[in-house]
Amino acid sequence: MAKADFETPELHEYVDVPAVTEGTMAHLSPFVAKPDHNTDLNFPPQLVEDWHARALDKLDDLRSRYRGLQVYLDSCVKCGSCTDKCHYFLGTKDPKNMPVGRQDLLRKVYRRYFTFAGKYFPKLVGAEDLTRDTLDEWYSYYHQCSQCRRCSVFCPYGIDTAEISMAAREILDSIGYGQKYCNEIIAKLNKIGNNLGLPGPALQDTLEGLEEDVEDDTGVAVKYPLDQKGADILLVTPSADFFAEPHVDGLIGYGKVFHEAGVSWTLSSYASEAANFGMFIGSYENMRRVSLRIRKAALDLGVKRIVFGECGHAWRVAYSFLNTLAGPFDFLDPDYPVPQHILEFTWDQIQKGNLKFDKSANDDKVLTFHDSCNVARATRMGNKPGGQFEIPRNVIKAVCNNYVDMHHETIGERTFCCGGGGGLLTDDLMEIRVKGALPRMTALRNAMEEEGVTHMAAICAICKSQFTKVLPYYGMDMDQIVSVHQLVSDAIILTGQDDDEDGEESENEGEA
Amino acid sequence: MSLFFSLLFIVATLVLVIGLARKIFQYARTPAPLKIPTMPAPINQAGVVMRLFREVVFFESLFKSTKWTWLFGWMFHLGLLLVLLRHLRYFMDPVWLPIQLIQPFGKYAGFAMVIGLAGLLVRRIFVDRVRYISSPSDYLWLVILIVIGFSGLMMSFVVHTDVVMVKSFFVGLLGFDFGTLPLDLPLMVHLLLVALLMLLFPFSKLLHVPGLFFSPSRNQVDNPREKRHIAPWAKAMEDQQS
Ligand code: HEM
Ligand code: HEM
Ligand code: SF4
Ligand code: SF4
Repeated sequence: MAKADFETPELHEYVDVPAVTEGTMAHLSPFVAKPDHNTDLNFPPQLVEDWHARALDKLDDLRSRYRGLQVYLDSCVKCGSCTDKCHYFLGTKDPKNMPVGRQDLLRKVYRRYFTFAGKYFPKLVGAEDLTRDTLDEWYSYYHQCSQCRRCSVFCPYGIDTAEISMAAREILDSIGYGQKYCNEIIAKLNKIGNNLGLPGPALQDTLEGLEEDVEDDTGVAVKYPLDQKGADILLVTPSADFFAEPHVDGLIGYGKVFHEAGVSWTLSSYASEAANFGMFIGSYENMRRVSLRIRKAALDLGVKRIVFGECGHAWRVAYSFLNTLAGPFDFLDPDYPVPQHILEFTWDQIQKGNLKFDKSANDDKVLTFHDSCNVARATRMGNKPGGQFEIPRNVIKAVCNNYVDMHHETIGERTFCCGGGGGLLTDDLMEIRVKGALPRMTALRNAMEEEGVTHMAAICAICKSQFTKVLPYYGMDMDQIVSVHQLVSDAIILTGQDDDEDGEESENEGEA
Repeated sequence: MSLFFSLLFIVATLVLVIGLARKIFQYARTPAPLKIPTMPAPINQAGVVMRLFREVVFFESLFKSTKWTWLFGWMFHLGLLLVLLRHLRYFMDPVWLPIQLIQPFGKYAGFAMVIGLAGLLVRRIFVDRVRYISSPSDYLWLVILIVIGFSGLMMSFVVHTDVVMVKSFFVGLLGFDFGTLPLDLPLMVHLLLVALLMLLFPFSKLLHVPGLFFSPSRNQVDNPREKRHIAPWAKAMEDQQS
């Protein structure tokens, strides 16, 4: 499955809504989890004998614990509003990738076993028996949803297919039919502390390397501390930031900002991962277990604040769920929100005038910004609704001279997912990743042709990895994707920096 | 025959009220364990009330999406609302002043309703994506509503029925007093289908009416950092593990 045995869609001026073509993606399913990865997560090792009864029991259990699921299963009027909103449908033509088509895979079983109409008049309301084939269909299509919530924006009742996908994956996990990519990663995190399986010493090495690089570059000794007790701020960032381009340039940027703000900060080897794949598999228990590591790290290190690095779904779990899962955080400084986003931190410092920039450092680029789906539709930054759109743009504009937005129907709350979110960022799902990127690639290409855009900034580890892989399929260059804090890092003028002697140290310490 | 209708409407009313109450109770009882409003979301309760208001009155989200569906859907629902308000005159004596005032509009709202429904039906049949997601019941609902509307309009504009008699039947029925109905075909059709609608309401997609108000993606306040949100079952799990 590694080689491209599919066609990359062609880019046109607009993404036309395709004519429904059944079954175009029925062949695609991710690799199935190995037994020990399932058991690590408290799921049965492989498909259980009595899967039929247990799947139905789980569905019943979930709908009694999640009001959203129950309401969403009941309320859809089949108005069709969501049908042309999913990037995976637009890229594949497969009607089971229309949000309501995807929901119906679960809904038809819900109706058959749990509703009056479905029990007695199944044909009338489209109810169907749960069979072995149903499971495979769930496995296939619920792993072709990046849980981006675009559909929920346009549904008159806010029906969120992401919630349905999570529930379906939880059901599949509960009968031993889990996905390799997600479950393996969660198991690794539980054992080692991050998704990439980087142990403490490796992190230490990397960070020392970064310190050397930055000092060589600027002559300033910026620290990248690990496990430093008594620091004010615990930075939790996606582990991709520790090694891959363009992620690591973002990490360098966070360090420079902290340095200039004059705050003490640290990373933690125990909680060296912002990502929380427990969300992708819809498992409250696993999501909580992962989150508790952050609480423990904060307690052990005695920090006062928690700040998250650039990552989309991680910011969702952090902003929307962390207080629920691992709170209350009454042991932290009550003057700051828990947690904060690194962009909130940086923007605040910029507004206070604590950071100096040479914007011309980014003059070789014309930038645009990709709103990550989870940040856009599942979180906030700052204290006003919509801050998640403004703050990243404000920061980019503060460090770059050339910025333009992509087409307004592809940004903000209507943003298109990169195509790799929700536990799909794995090579065995390359086909859906490439096809699902079509709307974003189209918007980017248009901005390049019409506005001369050269680079796209993002604030999500998944988006960055996904675009690095997918841009070349569409004839663009993998380096066109950059981290927002990479831009900050390139433009920031460190106090006492070699090539720019601008006098004595500014005494501003922020309000830390 | 009139006795049949009396009993039918008593049963239909019971099913509608009890069925809906059970569903509403189920929704109210089921916790939403995580904060999942579709963002950007209001940051206080007043904002949530406004958001729901805009959804209910203007179909805001649908408007963002497909203008044709919005247009027909909104015409249908607005027409339906006026028609139902106008119908209240069959159930009260004397008739409340606002209900009297809307009578002239209500009469034509029936057309808006039927045109809207027809538009939705055409869309359902001809747009391939909507056709794909439709099951027989989705078409039937539109047909039922169109026939209710059409038979009503027949009575209003073509073959008038004895509305005074209809009124005394239903006002009487409210006090469990079984009267007689004029036995005209359009009225029979009208009433049979209305009773059917009432009977099916709590078991069908018409649950979108309570559903909208209980949808966590629309009715939650965006304040997870300020206020800890925790469901009873999650709290119990926490206590057990610590
Ligand atoms: C709070 C009141 C209500 C609200 C906010 C509401 C909202 C909506 C919305 C937004 C739609 C989707 C768009 C469309 O297809 O029109 C819809 C569809 C529908 N509604 Fe309602 N509705 C309400 C009450 C009712 C009632 C009382 C009925 C029944 C008598 C009803 C019957 C329907 C039907 C049958 C459809 C599906 C139309 C189709 O097939 O396309 N609604 N409703
Ligand atoms: C027990 C309940 C109902 C009764 C007794 C009833 C009775 C009637 C009568 C007698 C008329 C003729 C009015 C006239 O001649 O001026 C009428 C008209 C109409 N009915 Fe109903 N109806 C009921 C429920 C409904 C419902 C639930 C709907 C919609 C879903 C509806 C839709 C209409 C429409 C569209 C008209 C024509 C416009 C108008 O005169 O308002 N009816 N109905
Ligand atoms: S959540 Fe996103 S990926 Fe999933 S169905 Fe909705 S639009 Fe498609
Ligand atoms: S927009 Fe909502 S109600 Fe309409 S078909 Fe999609 S999920 Fe169903």
